[in-house]
Amino acid sequence: MSRIAQTLRGAALMDFWGAFGLGMRQLFRPKPTVNYPFEKGRLSPRFRGQHALRRYANGEERCIACKLCEAVCPAQAITIEAEPREDGSRRTTRYDIDMVKCIYCGFCQEACPVDAIVEGPNFEYATETREELYYDKEKLLENGDRWEREIARNLELDARYR
Amino acid sequence: MLQAAAFYILAGTAVISAFMVVAARNPVRAVLFLILTFFSAAGLFVMLGAEFLAMLLVIVYVGAVAVLFLFVVMMLDVDFAALKEGFLSYLPLGGAVALALVGILSLTGISWVVSDTAGAALQTPVPPDMSNAEALGSILYDRYVFFFQLAGLVLLVAMIGAIVLTLRHREGVRRQNIARQVQRRREEGVELVEVKSGEGIG
Amino acid sequence: MNDFVTEFGPVWGTALAVGQILAFMVVLLLSLAFLLLMDRKVWAAVQMRKGPNVVGAFGLLQSFADFLKFVLKEIVIPAGADRPLFILAPLITFTLAFIAWAVIPVAPGWVISDINVGILFLFAISSLGVYGIIIGGWASNSKYPFLGALRSAAQMVSYEVSIGFVIVTILLMAGTMNLSEIVMAQGGGFWNWHVLSFDLLPWPVFAITIPMFVIFFISALAETNRPPFDLPEAESELVAGYQVEYSSTPYLLFMIGEYLNIVLMCSLMTVLFLGGWHAPFDVAPFTWIPPVFWFALKVLFLFFMFAMVKALVPRYRYDQLMRLGWKIFLPTSLVAVAVMGAVVVYSNAS
Repeated sequence: MSRIAQTLRGAALMDFWGAFGLGMRQLFRPKPTVNYPFEKGRLSPRFRGQHALRRYANGEERCIACKLCEAVCPAQAITIEAEPREDGSRRTTRYDIDMVKCIYCGFCQEACPVDAIVEGPNFEYATETREELYYDKEKLLENGDRWEREIARNLELDARYR
Repeated sequence: MLQAAAFYILAGTAVISAFMVVAARNPVRAVLFLILTFFSAAGLFVMLGAEFLAMLLVIVYVGAVAVLFLFVVMMLDVDFAALKEGFLSYLPLGGAVALALVGILSLTGISWVVSDTAGAALQTPVPPDMSNAEALGSILYDRYVFFFQLAGLVLLVAMIGAIVLTLRHREGVRRQNIARQVQRRREEGVELVEVKSGEGIG
Repeated sequence: MNDFVTEFGPVWGTALAVGQILAFMVVLLLSLAFLLLMDRKVWAAVQMRKGPNVVGAFGLLQSFADFLKFVLKEIVIPAGADRPLFILAPLITFTLAFIAWAVIPVAPGWVISDINVGILFLFAISSLGVYGIIIGGWASNSKYPFLGALRSAAQMVSYEVSIGFVIVTILLMAGTMNLSEIVMAQGGGFWNWHVLSFDLLPWPVFAITIPMFVIFFISALAETNRPPFDLPEAESELVAGYQVEYSSTPYLLFMIGEYLNIVLMCSLMTVLFLGGWHAPFDVAPFTWIPPVFWFALKVLFLFFMFAMVKALVPRYRYDQLMRLGWKIFLPTSLVAVAVMGAVVVYSNAS
């Protein structure tokens, strides 16, 4: 008996019509699509995006060339060279990040004792050539200047969980 | 004028591609040329006013039979170069046979005379107010229905024979029974048991 | 076409005929562009996405952007490929897809070639469609395309059989192979369409024609390599099947040919089952609308069903596909032909 019912169900395409009804309901539902270049999703304050080197309020760069980030970097994407400056303070002469190697783990910003290297909220920095992704100190400082307000706010928001 | 041009184009294509079937080095290309031959033959049928036959030729030969040819030729790993090795040594004999055939055919072609009353003397004259599908059908299913059925029977026997020759029931092969799979209910497949800790199930 | 020649002389008549064909092709291609978009939009909507919506309002111009991209890209021909055949294959698919449209009547008298064996012609052309795929797959000299071509050939040959029998059933009812006359016989209201045909014959033949319609629809899916029977180009198994090695314009020709075949199958179903250009009711407000609109509407509905099936049904396994074709559709349609023949003979005798 159930066998006949089964055959009839199959012949009448009952399974398909059920799916069709479901499909029609889905067809008219509001779509959750985020219209990306025009709309963007919310980012967490902890989001790890493009790197930046920060400065103090007086314009002095924060990085003291302790090379902790270089040491901790699992992808070995960071290269630092340092010399004492004329005023005797220890600063970097070279601070390169190979963004092609970087795996965005965030260890560098965890390791930094002075909050100099951070991963900012920017994730739209695709380039047409590889060379543009080999960041030097100048580029990183420029990133820091550009994103300082967002970075500072994110650090502040995240500070109470640390 | 246009009709003559069409005829010569179609006939020329048929002859050239028929030659290429034999001459083509690649077997798959040979089959494709064979298809082209069928196709131009279908075109010639259309020009004769036999559009039903033309369509049948395309559907049956080009659409089904030639596809199977192509299948076999593509799948089989036949070394056609080795097969054609003795081609040149047989060339004189083959040429002689071909020449004899051409001679016989042209003899009949030259001496062929169609009598004026042949059209009327045909056993089944083509009725003027019928499409040729209808005309064919009324002959096949009316006068020759017995032979038609007989031909069908022969084909059926051939088909069954082919199946019987190749069908092998292997033992110990698990086969899928879709109806039974679909029919399975939750109650048959799932059993809920109370498992006591430290004891497990029986 | 012959009407033109007899009416306007050989030169102008031929020019007019060619112009008519070109106009029809342009209309077809333009509608195809939007049907492609509709396919993608429906598919997206069922999955709760928006689909293409950037190029033009609601993405209306997306197909044209795609077209430009395809045409401007480089044509890559694999080193080991059989060059002439490799180029020939997409051309075959493309041309055959257009040739078949010559006999489709879209409105009374709106048909390029009103031949007597129209339905046979269509069947012959659609059975040739497999060659573009086979040749393309073989000429690529690559494994995935070859497997895709083999699958496709076996699949199309199998489902052609049941399509043929379904067509024979309808031919028995209509008593003619001319597509315009088949449509003509279905006038007067939707109950006269062949899929229902309440008045046409004294017996309840819709018990045969409705299952035949369903079989034809499913076979058309298999014939045009649409999901759930898209095994020749099954992405997860064969990447893109016979199209793997194709790029740029040859690929575009394949794709246009494929979609034209889908729309052709939709219009064939419209002509055979859904009354062609006839309005569902033969009364005032419906008859004001021009017949070609009704034809387009029915084709659009069927195409929507094609798109929904693509969105809903998971892909068949190959042996299941063959089982469905040979063990279910073939016997069913064979029985239907026999029963329909008996019905026609007895209703004519009485």
